[in-house]
Amino acid sequence: MTEHKSTYEPKSGFERWLDSRLPIVRFSADLMSFPTPRNLNYWYTFGGILAFCLVVQIVTGIVLAMHYDTSEAGAFISVQRGIMRDVNYGWLIRGIHANGASMFFLAVYLHILRGMYYGSYKAPREVLWWIGCVIYVLMMATAFMGYVLPWGQMSFWGAKVITNLLGAFPVVGNAITTLLWGGFSVGGPTLNRFFSLHYLLPFVIAGMVALHVWALHVPGNNNPTGVEVKSDHDTLPFHPYYTVKDLFAIMVFVILFAVVVFFIPDAFEKVDNNVVANALVTPAHIVPEWYLLPFYAILRAIPDKLSGVLALAGAIAMLFALPFLDQNKVKSMRYRPAARMYFFIWIVFCLILGWCGSQEPQGTVIPGGAGPVIIDYGINSVTWLARVSTAYYFAYFLIITPLLAMSEKTLPVPDALFMPVLSKSAAPAE
Amino acid sequence: MRREASSTGPWADSGAGSGTLSEVRTSEVSESVAKAGADGPDDAGRRDFLYLATGAVGVAGVAAVAWPLIDQLNPAADTLALASIEYDLTKVPLGSEVTIAWRKQPVFIRHRTPDEIARAVADDHAPMKDPATDASRVKPGHAEWLIILASCTHLGCVPTFKGGEYGGWACPCHGSVYDTSGRIRKGPAPKNLYLFPYTFLSDTKVKLG
Repeated sequence: MTEHKSTYEPKSGFERWLDSRLPIVRFSADLMSFPTPRNLNYWYTFGGILAFCLVVQIVTGIVLAMHYDTSEAGAFISVQRGIMRDVNYGWLIRGIHANGASMFFLAVYLHILRGMYYGSYKAPREVLWWIGCVIYVLMMATAFMGYVLPWGQMSFWGAKVITNLLGAFPVVGNAITTLLWGGFSVGGPTLNRFFSLHYLLPFVIAGMVALHVWALHVPGNNNPTGVEVKSDHDTLPFHPYYTVKDLFAIMVFVILFAVVVFFIPDAFEKVDNNVVANALVTPAHIVPEWYLLPFYAILRAIPDKLSGVLALAGAIAMLFALPFLDQNKVKSMRYRPAARMYFFIWIVFCLILGWCGSQEPQGTVIPGGAGPVIIDYGINSVTWLARVSTAYYFAYFLIITPLLAMSEKTLPVPDALFMPVLSKSAAPAE
Repeated sequence: MRREASSTGPWADSGAGSGTLSEVRTSEVSESVAKAGADGPDDAGRRDFLYLATGAVGVAGVAAVAWPLIDQLNPAADTLALASIEYDLTKVPLGSEVTIAWRKQPVFIRHRTPDEIARAVADDHAPMKDPATDASRVKPGHAEWLIILASCTHLGCVPTFKGGEYGGWACPCHGSVYDTSGRIRKGPAPKNLYLFPYTFLSDTKVKLG
């Protein structure tokens, strides 16, 4: 793949002139003709979908910034009255931007899970994987700061809770939170700097995406068999095969996106965020956006502040560590039945963690009593379910994955990635 | 680069395929030094010094520029200048509390009943994460007034009174439970609700800050 030769031939005098000065047409042509494994399935379309999401967020965001007031006194009004009621199509643009964040995370989670299932983090794609992890962290930071901007109650208290996480560190903690707030608490200065950074970070993400694509184009795509490309029989040019496949997937995604924006625009919104920020009253039940719930549950599961924050950070760090933890040479879980089973259990526990994060810590799992108290909460409490799930979350990465990498008996892997494709299409003829 | 020439010089690598490495290198270095003439060891030393000195000045320059860019994030003078405030305690009937803002932070002023005080004192020696006696959390002679920061020491939410099993506050965010003295009794918060400076101007007037 690395020796992918340029097939571009300048056709006109102008193209030849330009090609010897800035070979930008050659660069684009090579991207289009890039040899791509012929067996990529629809799970591989989320990269294109994510690029689409980033463009949508940047375009709608730039427009919203034209109508947004960054002051503590004016932010809430400029969103609730200005953008949602007075600005032409403001309701639509904000609906796309706010729900776009949820769609973006939906796509990125499926993209990450696909990478985990097919072993896309393994050699020679570790750097590609790490850049992706960095993008994911940047996305969370951007989404968090964007959520603060409407300056409702959830915005304010979400900002307060998350910034206070950093206060958990001994000695420097308070200095860091004061530095972030620009005051003694979350307030006007905090709102202004969050707006500034919320505008900046998407462009940082765009830069990281360029690196991500670059790092993808050095080893080339992984594929559902996990077998590396060996010959021209294994590949197809990116255009038209995958441009069309990606576009089709994007259209299906846009239909889902439109359903959310037009029919259930408030589905992901907490009613409390339609109340202006009040530093003296915390809403009765504060929860983060759905895409952060599993981490929130992990934070709450640990009864000690600093340990809770470290567990939260550790949960994300696990993704970065994955290439080290899984040394099995077989990439795709198609040929790793045991790894596949533990992986699916892990997904279930992530969903359970998400549910736990949305509930109150003392709530009960099975309706009825909380059951006998162990240490601090009843056995049937959300807190204990979150603890068990947290334990599995970390055990999956730190114990199960390294052990399986050494001991699992994998299924026979095809010699070349096109073989299962051909045998499948040949099957009906038999 | 040149700084290393005397020990494992980069020039030496080309000819160091076999033999005693150190010997080969030493001889090659002295040879090349002899050939280069002006590139003598003294000159190399001088260049190293210039290299390091330039680097040091550069680092100092970057740090000098970086600091204002970081420190501007800290509270501005007008934020720091928020003065102390006075509060009329007659507005808080026995057994109730108010939440007011001091330096933009929520503050509880609780008018405690004898019952609540007795309960707090009775627990003075119970096992606690952040042990403190009730007397140490109020001003002498004003045990009925508990004046504390209203931010949960876990992640800053404002706890709700009459929550939890200790008769005090419970935090709606992550389930920390405080007693009637604002001491942490259960949950993830590491500290008691914080005290801050205030003085009684009279029995019915208090100055915060």
